[in-house]
Amino acid sequence: MSMNSEGRVTRPETDGSVADAAPRSFTGNRALMLEEALIFERDDYGRSGVDLPEAPAVKSRLGGLERNRAIGLPGLPEPEAVRHYTRLSRQNYGIDLGLFPLGSCTMKHNPRLNEKMARLPGFADVHPLAPVDTVQGALAVIHELSDWLVTLTGMQAVAMSPKAGAHGELCGLLAIRAAHDAQGSDRSVILVPESAHGTNPATAAFCGYRVENIPATTDGRVDLDALTGRLGPDVAGVMITNPNTCGLFERDMKRISDAVHAAGGYVYCDGANFNAIVGRVRPGDLGIDAMHINLHKTFSTPHGGGGPGSGPVVLSEALAPYAPLPFVTKLADGGFRLVEEETADEDHPGSFGRMAAFHGQMGMFTRALTYILSHGADGLRQVAEDAVLNANYVLRSLDGLLEAPFGHAGPCMHEALFSDDGLAQGFTTLDIAKGLIDEGFHPMTMYFPLVVHGAMLIEPTETEGKATLDQFIGALRSVAERAKAGDPALKAAPAFAPRRRLDETLAARKPVLVWKDAALPEAAE
Amino acid sequence: MRYLPLTDADRSAMLATIGAASIDDLFVDVPAEARLAGPIAGLPMHASELAVERHMSRLARKNLTAGDAPFFLGCGAYRHHVPASVDHLIQRGEFLTSYTPYQPEIAQGTLQALFEFQTQVARLYGCDVANASMYDGSTACWEAITMARRVTRRGKAILSAGLHPHYVSLARTMARFTGDQLDTALPTLTSGAPGDDMARVLAAVDGDTSCVVVQNPNILGHVADLSELAARCHEKGALLIAVVTEPVALGAIRSPGEMGADIVVGEGQSLGVGLNFGGPYVGLFACNEKYVRQMPGRLAGVTQDAEGQRGFVLTLSTREQHIRREKATSNICTNAGLCALAFSIHLTLLGETGLRRLAALNHASAVAAADRLSRIAGVELLNDSFFNEFTLKLPVEARPVVRALADKGILGGVSLGRLYPDAPDLAGGLVVAVTETASEEDVETLAQALEAEIAA
Repeated sequence: MSMNSEGRVTRPETDGSVADAAPRSFTGNRALMLEEALIFERDDYGRSGVDLPEAPAVKSRLGGLERNRAIGLPGLPEPEAVRHYTRLSRQNYGIDLGLFPLGSCTMKHNPRLNEKMARLPGFADVHPLAPVDTVQGALAVIHELSDWLVTLTGMQAVAMSPKAGAHGELCGLLAIRAAHDAQGSDRSVILVPESAHGTNPATAAFCGYRVENIPATTDGRVDLDALTGRLGPDVAGVMITNPNTCGLFERDMKRISDAVHAAGGYVYCDGANFNAIVGRVRPGDLGIDAMHINLHKTFSTPHGGGGPGSGPVVLSEALAPYAPLPFVTKLADGGFRLVEEETADEDHPGSFGRMAAFHGQMGMFTRALTYILSHGADGLRQVAEDAVLNANYVLRSLDGLLEAPFGHAGPCMHEALFSDDGLAQGFTTLDIAKGLIDEGFHPMTMYFPLVVHGAMLIEPTETEGKATLDQFIGALRSVAERAKAGDPALKAAPAFAPRRRLDETLAARKPVLVWKDAALPEAAE
Repeated sequence: MRYLPLTDADRSAMLATIGAASIDDLFVDVPAEARLAGPIAGLPMHASELAVERHMSRLARKNLTAGDAPFFLGCGAYRHHVPASVDHLIQRGEFLTSYTPYQPEIAQGTLQALFEFQTQVARLYGCDVANASMYDGSTACWEAITMARRVTRRGKAILSAGLHPHYVSLARTMARFTGDQLDTALPTLTSGAPGDDMARVLAAVDGDTSCVVVQNPNILGHVADLSELAARCHEKGALLIAVVTEPVALGAIRSPGEMGADIVVGEGQSLGVGLNFGGPYVGLFACNEKYVRQMPGRLAGVTQDAEGQRGFVLTLSTREQHIRREKATSNICTNAGLCALAFSIHLTLLGETGLRRLAALNHASAVAAADRLSRIAGVELLNDSFFNEFTLKLPVEARPVVRALADKGILGGVSLGRLYPDAPDLAGGLVVAVTETASEEDVETLAQALEAEIAA
C-alpha cells in the first residue's frame, strides 16, 4: 500500500493483474465476497421454503385445464433463500454504500422513515377497488401530495397515475394531443432538442408524432433561433428538459414558451431534474404546459435496481381539462371522491381517458409525501440550493484536470458535465468509470448527453457532505491523471469488483436470456 | 433538516472554492422574475420524524385495511400471504437503494436476480423468453398490442370481452392517438358461458388482425382453453396475446404458452408485492424467442468477464429508447426492479411444490365459497369453470350491496357496476375472489351478510 499526498491509502502497486497476485480459491469465493450459483443450478426442485397446509379435497372446476406438465421452478428452504439473496445483494453498489453520482438519475439518501410509512397496513394492505368510503385516508394522501406538487410548480392540476417518468411524458403528450384534437387541429410534429433524454423522442413517436431534432448552441442550450424558426402550423409542441441534460438552466425558457404558444403549440418540460430548482423556481412561471416529476428522483423514493418509478404530471390551465382518469377531488364535507369513468362525463368530459389500471403508484406517493413533509417548504428550497452547490463544487474542484465544455463561463445546476478531451491515446470515459469502481465509488453517467464527446455527467445531490465530495474529487483526480498518463493498469480496471470488465458485445451477439438446462426435473407433486 | 449534511461553514467554504459570493450567484441563469425570494407560501415548514409519523399514521387509520375485514376483492389485484423474509430481503440497502445496473461489475446482484426472474416468468408462462419487468399488467398489455403491430405490420387488435375493463380503457386511450383499430365487446352474465364471446372473437380474426387479446382466467373468473383461438390466429397470421392477472392460477392451470399464445403478459402483484392501493405493481412480459428483438423493456443476459468468469449484463439495448430514440420498441426506461425482485423471492421460496399447493388451496377455498354463496336464495353462480375468483349474479344491483357490506366491515367483492358503469345489464354481477387468506369463518360471515342484504 502507498499513501497519496493527502494521506489517504491508495491502490496497491501491481502490474495490473490482480488475479495473479490473489489466486482463485477452491470455492471461487473471496473471503466475504461469496460466489452464488443460480437457483436453477441447485438441486432444489422438489423443495419449498413456505409451509402451507394441504388443500382439502374438492372436485376441480378448472375447466379441464389442470396443469399436467412440470413448470421447472426450484424452491429454496428459507435459510437458503435468505442466504442466496443476501449474497446477491452484496454484489451490488447502492446509495447506502456510498456516493452514486449518476447524472440525470439523481441518487440521494433514501430515508427509512419513508419505507416505514409506506408499510403501514392502512396504506400497504388496501385494495384499489375497495369502496371509496373505506379508503378515505389513501385518497387524502393522493390529494395532499397533489396539492404540494401543484403549489411547488405553480401549475393548475396534476395527473397522478403515470407510473414512471417516461409514462409521465406519455401523459403530457396525450394531453397536448387531446387539446389539439379538441381545437380541431391535426398538428403532427414534436420538436425535441438533441440534448433530450432518449425517452422524449421515443414517447413522441409512441403517440403518433413525427420527431424533429433541434440543435444545441455551443453553450449547451437549445438553439432559440433554430427552434423559433421551425415553429409553424404543423408543430404540436416542443419537449424540453430544464434544467437540461448538460446540467444547465435554459435561460430562454420563457421566450421559448411564448414563441411556442404564439405559434399555437404547447410546451412539455421533462422534469427529471426538478430537484435543482424545487422551492426556488416554479416551472409554471416559465410558461410550461406539462411537466412530469420523477418522485423517485426529487422526493427520494427508492430506485430499487431500476424501479418502480412514479411520474405525476403537472398541467397548465390550458391542458388541465384533458387530464387522465382517475383523480381525487375534495368534497365540501372534507371527504374525498374518486373521479373514474363513471363520473367523468359530468365532471371532466375532456379527459383523454385512463393510462393504467388503478390509481398510480400509491406506495410511492406515501414515500414522497413523507419526504416532502419532513423537509417542508423551507427544507425543499435548501435541497435545491445544496444540490446546486455540491455540483458546482465538483465542477470547480476539477478545473484544469477535466475539460468541462459548458462549465467555463458560469455555474451549472445540480450536475456537472465533463468530456474525455485530453486523455491519453486509447483511453476513454469508460476507463475512468471502471477506475472509479476500484476506488469504491459508483461511476458517473457515461456518454450522455450525446452532445458532448465522451460525456461524464456527475450529480452529487444534496445528501452528500463536503468530506464525501472531497474524497470523491481526490479519487477522480487520481483516476483521471492515470488516464491522461496512459497507465495500462487502468485499462484492466476494475480489479476489485465482483467481476472484471464484462463483455457486453458477446451478450448481445449470442443472447442468453433465460436459464436452460438439459432436462427439467418432473414436478414433485 | 436531518437529511442534508452540509453545515453553514461547509457552505461558505464551498462557495469560496467556487468563487461565488452567495448561493444566488449559482442561480444566475434563472431569469430574475422567475426566482422566488423565499419559501413558497401556503405550504408547511419542515417537521420532525415524530410529527410526520403521527400525520401519516392518522391518515392510514382512515382506511379499512384488508387484514381487518373478511376480504374478497380481486379483479386484477389479489391478497395473498407474503412470507416475512421477502420484505426483509428487498429492504436490504444494496437492493433497495441501487439503480438500473448500468455498471454491471458492481450490479451483479440485481442482474443475476433479474436473470432468475426472467427464467421464472418464462417457465411460469410457458414461453421462451421474458423481460426484466414492466410497470404493471395493464401497461404491459398495451405494449404487447403495439409489439404485435410491429411484428405483423397490421393495425387491428381484437380484445376479448373477458379482458379487464381498465386494460381495455387504457388500450382505448392509446388507440385514439396511435390510430390502432380496436374490436371490443362487453361480457355477458349468461350462466355457464365462457363469458368471453369466443365465437365472436374466432369469427372476427381476419387478414387485417394484428392480435387477439384474451385474459385467462378472465374478468368474471372463467378459465378457458385457448388452443383453438391460437390455431385460428396463426392461420390468419395474427398473434395471440394472453393476459394473466392472477399468476397463482398458473400453479393449477395450463400455461398460455402451452396453449399456443405468442405473447403472454400479466400482473405479478400476487407474488411478493402486496395490494398497495393499486401500485407499484409489476408487469410480466414473455414471448416466443423469434420476437425477442421486438420486445419492449429491459433484458438481462449472460456473458463473461475479462477473466472468463460468468457474469450478467443488460443486453439487446439497441431496441431501447436511449439508443434508438424515436425508433425504439417502446419509450419505457425504468422497469419495476424492486417489485420484480419481490416476485422472484416469493416464487423462489414457494418453488414448484409450494406454488402448486398454494394454487390448490386457493382453488379449494374458492370452490367451497362458491358452493356456499350460490345456496343463497336468488343468487346464481355464473361460472362452470374458475380458479380463485367467480361471479355471482344477484337479484338486485350489486353496488349498493357492496357498500352496505362495507358498512358492516366486510369487503365482499367487486361489483361489475363499478367496473362497467355504462352497462346496466351487468349491474347485478358481483365478482368474488377467495384466496388462502380468507378463512371459512370469513366466507360464512359474507354469506350471512349477503343473505341479509338481499332479503332486505
